[in-house]
Amino acid sequence: MFRILKKNIQVGNATASFEPHHSSASQGFLGAPEIEAAKCTGCGLCVKSCPTDALQVCDDQTKDERKLFLSYGDCIFCSLCEPICPHDAVSFLGKFELASESKEKLTLSFPFCLSECKKDPAFTSQASLPVKTLPTGSQSFSQGNFAPLLSMDEIGSRLKDKVKTLFGRSLHIREVDAGSCNGCELEITNLSNPIYDVERFGIHFVASPRHADMLLVTGPVTRQMELALVKTYAAVAAPKLVLACGSCAIGGGVFNGSYAVVGGVDRSIPVDVYLPGCPPRPEAILYGIFLALGTVASKK
Amino acid sequence: MKRVVEVLKEKFGNRIQGSHQETVRELQIKIAKEVVIPAARFLVETLEMRFLFLFGSDARNISGCFHLHYVFSYHHVDQFIILIVEVRGEDLTFPSLAPYLPQANWQEREIQDLFGLIAKGHPDPRRLVLHEDWPEGLYPFRKDFIQNKKVPRVNGEYVFDRVEGDGVFEIPVGPVHAGIIEPGHFRFSSAGESILKLEIRHFYTHKGTEKLGEGKDSSHLLCLAERISGDNSVAHATAAAQALETLCGFQIPPRAQFLRVVLLELERIYNHLADVGGVVLDVAFGFGAAQLARVKEQLMRLNERLTGSRLLRGMIVFGGVRNDISDLDKKYLIQEIGKIKVDFDQTIQILWNVSSLMDRIQKTGIIKKEIVEALGGTGPIARASGVDRDFRRDHPYAAYQELLFMVPVFREGDVESRIKVKMQEVYESFKLIYEAVTGMPEGISIVETVPLKPLRSALGYVESPRGECFHWIATDRDGRIARWKIQSPSFANWPLIEYAVLENIVPDFPVINKSMNLSYSGNDR
Ligand code: SF4
Repeated sequence: MFRILKKNIQVGNATASFEPHHSSASQGFLGAPEIEAAKCTGCGLCVKSCPTDALQVCDDQTKDERKLFLSYGDCIFCSLCEPICPHDAVSFLGKFELASESKEKLTLSFPFCLSECKKDPAFTSQASLPVKTLPTGSQSFSQGNFAPLLSMDEIGSRLKDKVKTLFGRSLHIREVDAGSCNGCELEITNLSNPIYDVERFGIHFVASPRHADMLLVTGPVTRQMELALVKTYAAVAAPKLVLACGSCAIGGGVFNGSYAVVGGVDRSIPVDVYLPGCPPRPEAILYGIFLALGTVASKK
Repeated sequence: MKRVVEVLKEKFGNRIQGSHQETVRELQIKIAKEVVIPAARFLVETLEMRFLFLFGSDARNISGCFHLHYVFSYHHVDQFIILIVEVRGEDLTFPSLAPYLPQANWQEREIQDLFGLIAKGHPDPRRLVLHEDWPEGLYPFRKDFIQNKKVPRVNGEYVFDRVEGDGVFEIPVGPVHAGIIEPGHFRFSSAGESILKLEIRHFYTHKGTEKLGEGKDSSHLLCLAERISGDNSVAHATAAAQALETLCGFQIPPRAQFLRVVLLELERIYNHLADVGGVVLDVAFGFGAAQLARVKEQLMRLNERLTGSRLLRGMIVFGGVRNDISDLDKKYLIQEIGKIKVDFDQTIQILWNVSSLMDRIQKTGIIKKEIVEALGGTGPIARASGVDRDFRRDHPYAAYQELLFMVPVFREGDVESRIKVKMQEVYESFKLIYEAVTGMPEGISIVETVPLKPLRSALGYVESPRGECFHWIATDRDGRIARWKIQSPSFANWPLIEYAVLENIVPDFPVINKSMNLSYSGNDR
């Protein structure tokens, strides 16, 4: 007993403060890629190095136009694109507060004049790049196999504003792993450690969906987890919030295109906030939760 | 090794169809389908080799048939033997090894599901990887399967094994669990509090990762490998990178070998620490759990500071290690590791004197050595049951050959032993990191890679925090990846839990489960 007391006193208070928009990651953290528009020539080299659909180009010959897309929702933060860029336009500066209410907001687009791009010796034509699916913005979730299990009420009016005032001070979260690699789970578990101590914000992780106000879903939704996810969602009492946590949950991430995954939570159930990262660091998850609650305003 | 081929030829004559040294450490022996059982038994029972795993591949576009690969290793020689069997033509069956080597059970069922080859004489031929709503006759790992077509759902039923009798009741748990853990289904049959039988049903997180890897370039393959089991990112990536490097017959710089040791051991420490913390939390000793969680967070921050990723992702690349470590970082690393060690030490001293903890973990969830051997268990679980095996020592890779460390082994096989193995390994890892950092040769950490050689294959292996982890990669005519087999330690270890819980009480299940800490995603892939 004495030793426990001694250790407790030695350690003191370990909890770190957290303030949305102002907290920074610890030193060395790579975070999300940022493209410096002034340096980028639109050559498209980085698209080849990207393992997911996060970077892609779309050429329009008739309009003499090229668009470069950077989708944070699909990005796995591997930083393979950084050394590829011949113009040093891609950098990783530890950006992580990325959560957003819609997928559109997670996609940046950089317009170029195609004939100008071609002048760059590094120019890569769209035809020589791997085929990727272009960002379509938000999907309709009702494509899922189990959509009939959800009532109209759940799909339709969501009473969002009411939700936010209702859950102002305390929030019960049910975490659902819909096929993650366990990286996201690891960070969510870390939220409860003494450093992040998520309970101080009135946030509790609960065991049953019936007690939950919010589902925190990870993973690309595997074919074999889809039914369980939909059932869990249906068991949560309305009004309810859904947070898609990690690039897998947003659009399938690295697993996109496999026969065994559905490819994103919003193909099975409606999603309120998308939370990029692979995995998102604990501060990023907190930010996403606060955003879903409306206690912080989303960034531009 | 050539001797083995001679001995086999003496015994099986012309049904040994040829042999070939594929890589420095891998001897491939082609044998006829009908002698696979006696040959495998001969290797295991007479030559005392160890059966590691078996897998299939679809080589119909190259040699017109399916292949089965049976991987064996020697205890005392750093060599692997792979028996290759052709499954050709109309007859898509192969003799089942499971009745003789129980560890082949899941592996053969996996081949049935994914390749549509039939294990004749298998004692339990139910579906394993693909669940009941997957249509009959569609085999995703065949080359003619179209990856991005939507597969319809059909009606089907999975029949659980039943225990019947007075007062026996079933408790189904999952796939969605109460805590923040991965999904899987457990079905207990119990009388009173005592567990009579546990049947696990997994593969809810099956993502078709092996198939996704086909045709990928090496950097993208490693991205995928890092996401097989998130907390074992480095281990999987290293195993995959080593397979690629062996396939090309290509050496990475010595400095990179040492850097890989540092990364692998950093990963082991935070994993083991989390496991110990998990058990402590499950027996409701909040103080211990909080302290260990705090130490773990320090480690994750250290990871981040050194590599830019809390899970150490993106470091292992084909050809070495992406970022070198500066002298400044070296000093920082050693200093931090020193601090963390003191912290860990103090916490453990306290834990080991708490009787409520010891009470719950001693004699709980015992796994006997024979069970581990029969089912092919690996890693800390095996070492806690008296199986003295560690790939770092027995089949050294990276720079382990040049470093000194101990392999802790305990005999009891209960939760306490597993925790003790993990704790001791943490201390060894601290030492290893220190030695690797200080003994690291100067030089570059990464070299320019070469394109993959066509029509070759190679094995990469790592002793991950959970045990032996194998990656086997084969290329096609154009030097693209044609097959990627991942044998994760969890796949080998999951069946053990059905034995570990027997005659324990249901409330002890979480503690037992946590002490084994198997990965669902690594298992399901
Ligand atoms: S987003 Fe990344 S860390 Fe999270 S589950 Fe997917 S692969 Fe794992």
